[in-house]
Amino acid sequence: MADMVFNSISFLLILSCLGVCMSKNLVHSAVYLFFALFLIAGYYIMLYADFLAAVQVIVYVGGILVLIIFGVMLTNRLEKPSINISSFNQFTAGLLCFFLFSIQCYAIINGSWINIDAGLIENSSKSIGRLILSKHLLPFEIISILLLGVLVGAATIARKKR
Amino acid sequence: MIIASAVFCLGLYNVMTRRNAVAILMGIELILNSANINFIAFNRFNGSMVLDGHVMSVFIIVLAAAEAAVALAIIINLYRNIGSVDVDEARSLRG
Repeated sequence: MADMVFNSISFLLILSCLGVCMSKNLVHSAVYLFFALFLIAGYYIMLYADFLAAVQVIVYVGGILVLIIFGVMLTNRLEKPSINISSFNQFTAGLLCFFLFSIQCYAIINGSWINIDAGLIENSSKSIGRLILSKHLLPFEIISILLLGVLVGAATIARKKR
Repeated sequence: MIIASAVFCLGLYNVMTRRNAVAILMGIELILNSANINFIAFNRFNGSMVLDGHVMSVFIIVLAAAEAAVALAIIINLYRNIGSVDVDEARSLRG
């Protein structure tokens, strides 16, 4: 059962990532990205990361994807919807990526991995919260300052020039 | 992990082949997500109950959100200035 779900999620994920890369219309790309992010949330659920699945759906699907679609709509000229979506250097990039992919597959298959299933984690949000406020407190503070800076900076950059 | 690698490579391919800046942004999101999948998979299968990988994934998600916001602000400003989102046309450093 779990294997079947995993395989179908993987198949659909690869399909939608291909859709993100290949589709000519940017809005179609964004919709494929939506599916891909949802399927990745499904992966998180299968890996017992329920808190992260919720965060993924809320932040990516609810936030980043809306931002991206806004960007597509704001920067697409309406009279020519398929402007500037042509790709270049496709052959070189495809060859390079395939090369990288085969190297990674070789390393993954031939590597010796620890394979101990930790099993079901209860209360993952509770332990994540404890870890954030104890062991990873410094990165947490740094990232909150980063978020504040991003908020101010994005507003400043996107503001109309006087 | 092979799936994560495939997602990473497709995202990289997208970044390298697209000229539209928003499409490049989508590729970057794919790359960050593949890193996230790997973090969580390692966290589950290394046998410990400590959730360090999950915390790292939360940080990655926050970084991705910040990066998307800033990149879209830059893209919108670029569009307002030169009327296009083609990354090859953004050569000028003067506003």
